[in-house]
Amino acid sequence: MNKVRVLAGTRKGAFILTSDGKRQRWKIDGPFFGGWEIYHLAGSPADPDRLYASQSSAWFGQIIQRSKDGGRSWEQPGNTSGEEPGMTPEGTLRGESNKFVYDTSSESGAPLSEHQWYDGKPTPWEFKRVWHLEPSASDPDTVYAGVEDAALFRTTDGGESWHELAGLRGHGTGPLWQPGAGGMCLHTIMLHPANPERMYIAISAAGAFRTDDGGRSWKPINKGLHSEYIPNPTAEVGHCVHRLAMHPARPDVLYMQKHWDVMRSDDAGDNWYEVSGNLPTDFGFVIDVHAHDPDTIYVVPIKSDSEHYPPDGRLRVYRSRNGGNAWEALRKGLPQRNCYVNILRDAMAVDSLDDCGVYFGTTGGQIYCSPDSGDSWKAIARHLPPVLSVEVQTLA
Amino acid sequence: MPVHVVLPYQLQTLAGTGREVELEVPSPVTPRAILEALEARYPMLRGAVIDHAAGERRPRLRFFACQEDYSHEPVDTPLPDAVARGEEAFVIVGAISGG
Repeated sequence: MNKVRVLAGTRKGAFILTSDGKRQRWKIDGPFFGGWEIYHLAGSPADPDRLYASQSSAWFGQIIQRSKDGGRSWEQPGNTSGEEPGMTPEGTLRGESNKFVYDTSSESGAPLSEHQWYDGKPTPWEFKRVWHLEPSASDPDTVYAGVEDAALFRTTDGGESWHELAGLRGHGTGPLWQPGAGGMCLHTIMLHPANPERMYIAISAAGAFRTDDGGRSWKPINKGLHSEYIPNPTAEVGHCVHRLAMHPARPDVLYMQKHWDVMRSDDAGDNWYEVSGNLPTDFGFVIDVHAHDPDTIYVVPIKSDSEHYPPDGRLRVYRSRNGGNAWEALRKGLPQRNCYVNILRDAMAVDSLDDCGVYFGTTGGQIYCSPDSGDSWKAIARHLPPVLSVEVQTLA
Repeated sequence: MPVHVVLPYQLQTLAGTGREVELEVPSPVTPRAILEALEARYPMLRGAVIDHAAGERRPRLRFFACQEDYSHEPVDTPLPDAVARGEEAFVIVGAISGG
């Protein structure tokens, strides 16, 4: 019997929800790391019981947590309580699992540069937190981390130490990057399933970028984006990309929820075109793809960039079955009056059961599940802290 | 004589300790010596008090001893003898703010 495990990061801790394949009855465990902001939890596709969590605090900084038993117990990698200080068996200095320091070595060709503050003033990069963790599909010890201020880090020792892939920050457009309202965050990391040299990432507010050499060099992939809120609406960088999505069976077709506009690329990001179609508003944060149909995509329209709640107080997911432009409202089981929550960019995910389950979390502390590809919805948690991220694991 | 250090709740949960820990600290007992001993004994706290990149006290934390604020003193300032003798604690406090 299949099982589903939902990993939810919230403003005040992490929660793990589990159910059998029917997805009707849910058990909620947590809070884990109560009181801390958990921006993201992610499981390793290569070892589903290996989980990673980004725990952070404006007071105490960044903590990386790791579980080897599906979330029942957690540890800071290399720092099990009671261990003697010094080196880990792998040769890493203990206490390095929290260390995200930008690469300023001349060897990387990426000395610490400056990006722009909101008003355009040059500002040095300053690490704030990990927004997103993306485990390798093949190695449980390899994980990519997208951070604020925007940069990409990687561990190959299970989180005991982290090193920047400095070619992204240093490729040339970095001085033009600016923070979005949530900070200058690298929030999306997508690993190409067939080509280990290819990765896509997205930064708010810089845009989307691609590497074809395993992260050594990067190029902006923002051609076709049009953003009225920047001086040059078609600039190479500066676009507030909120989220990217792809289907693993068709990994060169990309979908994007931009600040405004839902976009699609059929050539690995080289060119984009708009597929907002009949959406009531094309502002939003999340976008995701059905597990079994690369043309079925989901967004949650939000009224505007200054009014971060659903239009008319009605929470509706929109689904397109043909890759965009033609959208249908999905509302069964969702509140259709007085609903003023937001759905943040990392807070939608799908399972791979048949029928595909779709999940999203709200800033009002609800997590909704549709076990039937979006046709109907049910709250599987109602009173959590504001939900920052939702990931789903389908377990055998 | 062990030095007593009081940790804020969130650091207690990280280190798996109670409110107060005891550390052997070489003389002279200063904020730097205490924090180095704390990080050596509890490596999971590295970066949580002293920022990894800046090498300085995280801006929302404060240090107190004998009801005096040492947050803005040089980290090599000797602390009162009562702290070195273990009679008074070195207190790490998270700044009060909501959220």
